[in-house]
Amino acid sequence: MNRFLIPLGIFVVVLVFLGIGLTLNPRELPSPLVGKPAPSFSLPQLHEKEKVLSSNDLKGKVWLLNFWASWCGGCKEEHPVLIHLAKSGEVPIYGMDYKDRREEALAWLREWGNPYPLVAVDESGRVGIDYGVYGVPETYVIDKAGVIRYKQIGPLREDVLQTKILPLVRELQNQ
Amino acid sequence: MIPEIGHYALILALCVAVVQGTIPIYGAAVGNSSFMSVAKPAARGQFLLVLLAFCCLGYAFAAKDFSVLYVASTSNSQLPLHYRLAAIWGAHEGSLLLWVFILTIWMVAVSFFSGHLPEAMRARILAVMGLVSVGFLLFMLTVSNPFERLIPAAFDGRDLNPLLQDPGMVIHPPMLYMGYVGFSVAFAFALAALFGGTLDAAWARWSRPWTTVAWCFLTIGVAMGSGWAYYELGWGGWWFWDPVENASFMPWLAGTALIHSLAVTDKRGGFKAWSVLLAILAFSLSLLGTFLVRSGVLTSVHAFATDPKRGLFILVFLAVVIGGSLILYAWRAPRVGLGGGFSIVSREGMLLANNVLLVAALGSVLLGTLYPLFLDALDLGKISVGPPYFDTVFVPLMTPAIFLMGIGPLAQWKKASLPDLAVRLRWAFGVSVATALVVPILMGHWSPLVSLGLLLALWVATTIAVDLRERLAHTDGSSFTGKLAMLPRAYWGMVIAHFGLALFITGVTMVKGFEVEQDVRMNVGETATLGGYTFRFDGTEQYKGPNYIAARGSIHVSQDGRDVTVMYPEKRRYTVQNQTMTEAAISPGFLRDLYVSLGEPLEGGAWSVRLYHKPFIDWIWGGCLVMAVGGVLAISDRRYRLAWRRKEVEVPGGTQMARQTVS
Amino acid sequence: MKLWLYLVSILLISGHAMAAYEASPLAENPQVEARLKALAVELRCLVCQNQTLADSNAPLAEDLRREVREMIVKNMSDKEIIDFLVSRYGDFVLYRPPLKTTTTLLWVGPFLLVIGGATALVLVLRKRQKKLAAVALTEAEHNRVAQLLSEGANRP
Repeated sequence: MNRFLIPLGIFVVVLVFLGIGLTLNPRELPSPLVGKPAPSFSLPQLHEKEKVLSSNDLKGKVWLLNFWASWCGGCKEEHPVLIHLAKSGEVPIYGMDYKDRREEALAWLREWGNPYPLVAVDESGRVGIDYGVYGVPETYVIDKAGVIRYKQIGPLREDVLQTKILPLVRELQNQ
Repeated sequence: MIPEIGHYALILALCVAVVQGTIPIYGAAVGNSSFMSVAKPAARGQFLLVLLAFCCLGYAFAAKDFSVLYVASTSNSQLPLHYRLAAIWGAHEGSLLLWVFILTIWMVAVSFFSGHLPEAMRARILAVMGLVSVGFLLFMLTVSNPFERLIPAAFDGRDLNPLLQDPGMVIHPPMLYMGYVGFSVAFAFALAALFGGTLDAAWARWSRPWTTVAWCFLTIGVAMGSGWAYYELGWGGWWFWDPVENASFMPWLAGTALIHSLAVTDKRGGFKAWSVLLAILAFSLSLLGTFLVRSGVLTSVHAFATDPKRGLFILVFLAVVIGGSLILYAWRAPRVGLGGGFSIVSREGMLLANNVLLVAALGSVLLGTLYPLFLDALDLGKISVGPPYFDTVFVPLMTPAIFLMGIGPLAQWKKASLPDLAVRLRWAFGVSVATALVVPILMGHWSPLVSLGLLLALWVATTIAVDLRERLAHTDGSSFTGKLAMLPRAYWGMVIAHFGLALFITGVTMVKGFEVEQDVRMNVGETATLGGYTFRFDGTEQYKGPNYIAARGSIHVSQDGRDVTVMYPEKRRYTVQNQTMTEAAISPGFLRDLYVSLGEPLEGGAWSVRLYHKPFIDWIWGGCLVMAVGGVLAISDRRYRLAWRRKEVEVPGGTQMARQTVS
Repeated sequence: MKLWLYLVSILLISGHAMAAYEASPLAENPQVEARLKALAVELRCLVCQNQTLADSNAPLAEDLRREVREMIVKNMSDKEIIDFLVSRYGDFVLYRPPLKTTTTLLWVGPFLLVIGGATALVLVLRKRQKKLAAVALTEAEHNRVAQLLSEGANRP
């Protein structure tokens, strides 16, 4: 009798996994960089081309790095959340304009508002690759020592901001 | 109005299916003949109702009725008629309707060709199929209704995905579904036998032709899918071990194992419980495939648009159908008696070893396909399992199976002698090894994998020759052809199916071992040489299709100065969805394919062009076709044809006891 | 003299013209491209629905191919290139799952299935043979069989 139950047993195990699978997203890729130092970059700024934004300048404070582009639909979706966050002043959000054109990026910010104190331009997408970006928008929480603590894939939603990101930011700021 | 008729037809079909799924089973359990006889008319009625629904949907497509949501999302006013009709199964809802429609076709076939079966058995078989149909109809009517209205109606449709606007789309899904769904018949036979408690060699004999027909369709369906990917996707590949491809391949492996296991059960009455389990497994894998494609659980090029509600419904359906049948199996199978005995070295032993290897291969494919999901569910990270894994794992598993294919047909039933077999096969082995080692050297490049592939293919072919020669020696007959004609068709079916596999292996080996490609930038008038052929780019011209604009290139091919052909690769832009497609140009041949695809336009009217020379690639699909032909021959064997014409002799009830096997 | 110059120039020009008719490879460096292809076939395009880095036309895929090409030109080894990508994107980017503790079952599984199946087959067959041998006919059953056979022979 026992061995005839083996197929059923195997099936139940597979079924449970398939059920769990329904709650997962196979296309979402968690970052292996969480907990590792943020890759350094030194790129020209969007608003003042001659100036440079370097990741080293930002050591000593907690900050958000938001990869965005004027051609990206999801970025429009999350933009109000960023504007709101910038107004609150809790944590600075630095922008990384990913594979975009200057004029279009500037126009986009003029139209939808600018939450970023500074925006760097990653025209070739190389810095994006260094950060493991595979689609915009993506946002990183980086601590005072320059270590990546959290990666948000896709548009930043208000609920995720309040429940995950802001508590983490406050904790990091107190360190 | 017409879509509503279709909708109501489906609702009626559901009611009929519920009746079909319950009353005959009850009737068979208590021996009530009038209840049991409900099954046949119910099955035929269901077929007519679903046919009506199918025609209503077809009409909606043909008439460009964009007030039906499904039509609006998969069709367009500029889409040619044959693609508008093929769009019926172009997305989730419609393909489900196709599934149920094909299920009803099989039901009707069973209702017509089951005169030789005991009534109780037929009642149970149709009832099980009816229950499966209930599940799918319920699924459609609740969360996947193809007749849902779009109010207000769309002005024009979103168009069928350009990738699907192709002749392959018209035939591949129906063929594939005929195979997938066809295994429901073997499944129903298995459950009917478990319900009724009469699991004997007769069951295997009845089951075999149905299983083989479904297997033939699935072979063609999978081969077509591969061939279609080859010429449509433009990257020259033909199998990617994509989850959906695997979802169609696993039932095929199970079906192949089942065909061989039924041979043992039929001839020797042994391993009945195992055959039943395989029948359940084959159909379960079909259902699992349905789940994987529509639930969004795995990433695939073939996946339909996904929706968690749908995934959950199918999952529950899987749990009920597969879980239920496995519970039935665990309960009833232990009572099944043993058949005749046989030693490990015997034809039965080899057929079962073949089964072990096929099921291990199947298990490996399943493991590789679901493993990323396992790890993700356990929060152990995200990985990808792709062709490198499957290729590494599949070949070593299949090699001993193919090796056994050569020995099995020559081994005696019940008890065979290894030394005796070795002597009979030494010539075949020697010739195979020698040829397999020499041919690659002659072709210019030796590699162990190529030799292995050729060895296996030649081994199958030479052992067939040895087997044929031995049988002819034992056959009485006037002439050679007379003797050949005397061999039963079932035997010819096996020979041809096995030979088809040898052709397939040859194709795969030669293509993987010797294909060459070149990426060139071609200005007008420039030539490139590949595989002994010279390709000359003669520029492009604009070409307007029914719903696309194309740049059509013209490539003149010659060999040693002689003209061979002109090839027209295209770069199409489909206007509705604004999608660009590469239409490769293929010059097929018995010994090689030439494959040309346009890359990007460069300055000065030049283009980047990719050229391929693929030797023996058409043997891959040719081999599959030959395999299917073998299957068809096997079912047209005399004993099946006679059986269908003869009705089963009514045996008085008392002798039911005699059927209990010795345990 | 003039004729000689004339003939030579015709030869030079036609020779040059014939050379112009041969298409040039798309890539600047075929060896680098070959190595790129061998690597790219085993890497996953991260934004596609299951396609290799070699076959995809997605912008990210083109960027990644460019990165890999540059790394090949810098003479980095295959392992270094793969490590570069895995450290940024995780094991997901590899179509050949690396052998680690979490993937041991994956790589060993098929082997276990065959061994397990073969063992089960042999054991089951042996047990069957013993069971069938144990069912021997008794004396009374022997006589019954003989009786039935003779009855059958006497029937017209």
